[in-house]
Amino acid sequence: MSLLALPEAGLASLGRATFNALAAVGRVAIYAAITLYHIVRPPFYRREFFSALLQVGWLSLPVVGLTAIFTGGALALQIYAGGQRFSAEAVVPQIVAIGMVRELGPVLVGLMIAARVTSSIAAEIATMKVTEQIDALTTLSTNPMKYLTVPRVLAGFLTVPLLVGVGDIIGIMGGFLVSTEQLGFNRASYIKNTVDFLQTPDVVSSLIKGAVFGFIATLIGCYYGMNSGRGAQGVGSATKNAVATASILILAANFVLTSVMFGS
Amino acid sequence: MIELSRVVKTFGKNHVLRGVNLTIPRGQSMVVIGGSGTGKSVLLKSILGLVTPDSGRITLDGADVREANRDAFLARFGMLFQGGALFDSLRVWENVAFRLMRGASKRPKDEARAIAIEKLRRVGLKPEVADQFPGELSGGMQKRVGLARAIAAEPEIIFFDEPTTGLDPIMSGVINALIREIVTEMGATAMTITHDMSSVRAIADRVAMLHDGLIRWTGPVGDMDQADDPYLQQFIHGRADGPIESVR
Repeated sequence: MSLLALPEAGLASLGRATFNALAAVGRVAIYAAITLYHIVRPPFYRREFFSALLQVGWLSLPVVGLTAIFTGGALALQIYAGGQRFSAEAVVPQIVAIGMVRELGPVLVGLMIAARVTSSIAAEIATMKVTEQIDALTTLSTNPMKYLTVPRVLAGFLTVPLLVGVGDIIGIMGGFLVSTEQLGFNRASYIKNTVDFLQTPDVVSSLIKGAVFGFIATLIGCYYGMNSGRGAQGVGSATKNAVATASILILAANFVLTSVMFGS
Repeated sequence: MIELSRVVKTFGKNHVLRGVNLTIPRGQSMVVIGGSGTGKSVLLKSILGLVTPDSGRITLDGADVREANRDAFLARFGMLFQGGALFDSLRVWENVAFRLMRGASKRPKDEARAIAIEKLRRVGLKPEVADQFPGELSGGMQKRVGLARAIAAEPEIIFFDEPTTGLDPIMSGVINALIREIVTEMGATAMTITHDMSSVRAIADRVAMLHDGLIRWTGPVGDMDQADDPYLQQFIHGRADGPIESVR
């Protein structure tokens, strides 16, 4: 093997990986475009939509609530400990509020949805594919995109912002409980500081992030489910890849949205 | 009448169909036999448009299936899938009445349920089964529900993909008899793919043998035993020795 062969093989491998990654991005983008096209065209399957609302929204509340309350509590402790270094302990209410609403609330809810909902959607649809239920839908003159993808993606887009809103409130409440019960903050002034400090753009940005993350989490679950391989291994891979991809895309989208909304 | 002309389908380096020519006359029950992995399911799915052939032509009553209105085309078909392919989240009657509750042939819920229960009765299942979920049924019952779903909208053409796979011999006999009765009663055109010779003898008017991506032999079921094709004879008698290579 010549000395040039090794870097050449490395470059070829890098090129292939880049090409494959771009192709995957393209496929997901096309899938998203097809989904959006079907969202605005009848028929619309109401029963599947309401079922998805329940699965994505209502049944995710416990995990979102628990994540938010512990995070809010931990955040209050960290800010208090950090603030002590330069005598700024009093900013705990403000930083907990802005931290939860602008960043931690949407991101943690997004990641929890990726873990709970994306995995469940990917596994369910992949199993349907493996057991020929998707083919059966087609032979029964039902478009799988309309029947399976559209209701789930729409439910994600609509309910995750609400979950984020609930997560924000519960997270702030977690900070409030720790601050008032453990750190000695006054309850009334904590609430006043929180409410006075938060601005409408903070809340709106949180909800926008929730909508985008909900769209990503459900879309990616459907995409990997629909494109899963055969057998149990195919279902497993689809689920694993869906969660990993959705999590990364949510974090990347969070950076982009934060840059756009607060970058200047 | 369904006609396939020089249908080719390749998956990567795997040449599954190498130019299949086959005619399924209207009102006849055609059974396609062949070993595992010979492309029987791909052939069937190509007709339905679930798999797109690389080349060749498939026509239904003279019209190219690729140019047909998709919904109208599929409305003429019923299909029994190998594993039943019942929707886990729906009750049995909702599975059977799935097509009746959506699209052009949409009926009121009560009427759709009544038709579903009648079709379940036709395949030997009691009305109580209607409100159960597929996961609560045995394999044989799931096949029957799949069969009821396939015939629910009174299709002109019914496809059966390995209808007896995974069933005991008695249940296989029951399903075979049901398929034969229903196809005759409805006057439907039927295409079954199987490697179960008892199904072939019970269901078929005509038989086609698919091997190595081509139809090796086709003819009336009554001529099958006398045919001099060595591949066909090896297959129908289940011999290990012969022109079809077997892995031991």
